[in-house]
Amino acid sequence: MEALLSNVDWSEIGWASWDTLVMVGMSLLFSVLIGLPIGVLLFLTGKRQLLEQPVAYAVLSFVVNVLRSVPFIILLIVMIPFTVMLIGTSLGVAGAIPPLVAGGAPFFARLVETSLREVDRGIIEATQAMGANVRQIILGALLPEALPGIIAGITVTAITLVSYAAMSGVIGGGGLGDLAIRFGYQRFQTDVMVITVALLVIFVQVLQMVGDRLVLYFSRK
Amino acid sequence: MIVFDQVQKSYQVGGRAIPALHPTDMTIETGEVFGIVGHSGAGKSTLVRLINLLEPPTGGRILIDDEDITGYNPAQLRAFRRKVGMIFQHFNLLSSKTVADNIAFPMKLAGIYSKTEIRDRVEELLARVSLTDHANKYPSQLSGGQKQRVGIARALACRPTILLCDEATSALDPQTTQSVLKLLADINRELGLTIVLITHEMDVVRRVCDRVAVMDAGRVVEMGPVSEVFLHPQHPTTRDFVFESESIDHEELQEDLQKADGRILRLTFKGESTYQPLLGSVARKSGVDFSILSGRIDHIKDTPYGQLTLSLVGGDLNVAMQEFEAADVHVEVLR
Repeated sequence: MEALLSNVDWSEIGWASWDTLVMVGMSLLFSVLIGLPIGVLLFLTGKRQLLEQPVAYAVLSFVVNVLRSVPFIILLIVMIPFTVMLIGTSLGVAGAIPPLVAGGAPFFARLVETSLREVDRGIIEATQAMGANVRQIILGALLPEALPGIIAGITVTAITLVSYAAMSGVIGGGGLGDLAIRFGYQRFQTDVMVITVALLVIFVQVLQMVGDRLVLYFSRK
Repeated sequence: MIVFDQVQKSYQVGGRAIPALHPTDMTIETGEVFGIVGHSGAGKSTLVRLINLLEPPTGGRILIDDEDITGYNPAQLRAFRRKVGMIFQHFNLLSSKTVADNIAFPMKLAGIYSKTEIRDRVEELLARVSLTDHANKYPSQLSGGQKQRVGIARALACRPTILLCDEATSALDPQTTQSVLKLLADINRELGLTIVLITHEMDVVRRVCDRVAVMDAGRVVEMGPVSEVFLHPQHPTTRDFVFESESIDHEELQEDLQKADGRILRLTFKGESTYQPLLGSVARKSGVDFSILSGRIDHIKDTPYGQLTLSLVGGDLNVAMQEFEAADVHVEVLR
């Protein structure tokens, strides 16, 4: 066992895991905070919706599509000047978070838009008939009804962010990805590579399981 | 009182205006149960949604208690909608809220009720629709009839003066339909609420409505008291609906009539005359023999009625006709 994992520095692995957790956690938080209102706006301004605004929808949709169509590895590099401006550095855990949010927020926004579209139009109509204003319709009916779908969206976004966070190791982002690249790839330490990959797999499995449980808990259908 | 003054609605489809409702005049009295019957696509859904402006009209005025609601600003409109309850074919309950929270929802939206007021009102409404034991269940745990009763309780929460029913019983089985209609009739009687009910089943109209409008292709083609429209339909669409509800095959009936001898009369009894032993006494006095070709005895809302198609042979037909008319029976000579 000792010989098999001779290159593995467990405290290094521990720190890297913690960094990955922080990167995924923080970028997920901001992705949800930014993506949720964008998703709601995409839904509301869409065709035959409450605040139908073809121009606003087209602009918003275009921006989201652009961010989503740039491969994340490119986005990481393109974002560097902006990240330096925002955080002061493009390196480490903190430097990885802005590009992660830039990749995660538009992705989550689309998932929110889709899950809001799944809400029965009759429910919106009934809420309108009760004399609700747009804010009340969103907060009182749309979001609670779409909650299971939104939670599923958060789960998918979190898992995507795990892989994005690992990728950010390429530009010195820190975390398990950084470890895998510096030791597993550049120094041919296969044992480190195996451990980091195994940890990422476990991480994703746990996220999916927790997400599924939450969706089940909030589904009343 | 709800007054439609030349109200019309059309939709823009590809640059062309497709009329959903041709200019319509209509008056619905306070406290009555007003039915609107029509096939799907006839414009009845549009018509009922005009009343709470879920669909804004493209022309004309809608007066509710002498106030033109088409000129309301958004805040006035929201306040007005609180006074108009609405129930739906597919119930449209919030699946994420319990039965009690669904009923409380419109009161919370109104923002003018205290917590205790809401709690008391929900309790009262739960009792009224006999769902007290289901207060903490979610809609998915209820049967269709129970869901519609939650819908009714929710619609009543803010003490509306008008209740709109959009095909409220169309997704329910016949027995559940009965109980929901009875509940609506009770509410109408006890609360004096005006009910506007759209349906494609004449039977629903017959059971609860005072007056009815029949719609076809975006127009009201016939309107009047249910007993008039039901027993003496004028427009072909109305006739179709009446025959359908009585499961009468029109062609079959005509064939039967051809086989029969003598004169053919249709007698319509209404109210007390339904219970009188008339046929025998008329036969004795006039000397006619009769055979019954078809017949039905039922109720229109609370009024009993009977409609019989007879063929009469021999005797003095004039005497028979006089006797029937003297007994307040409406006689139509079919042949």
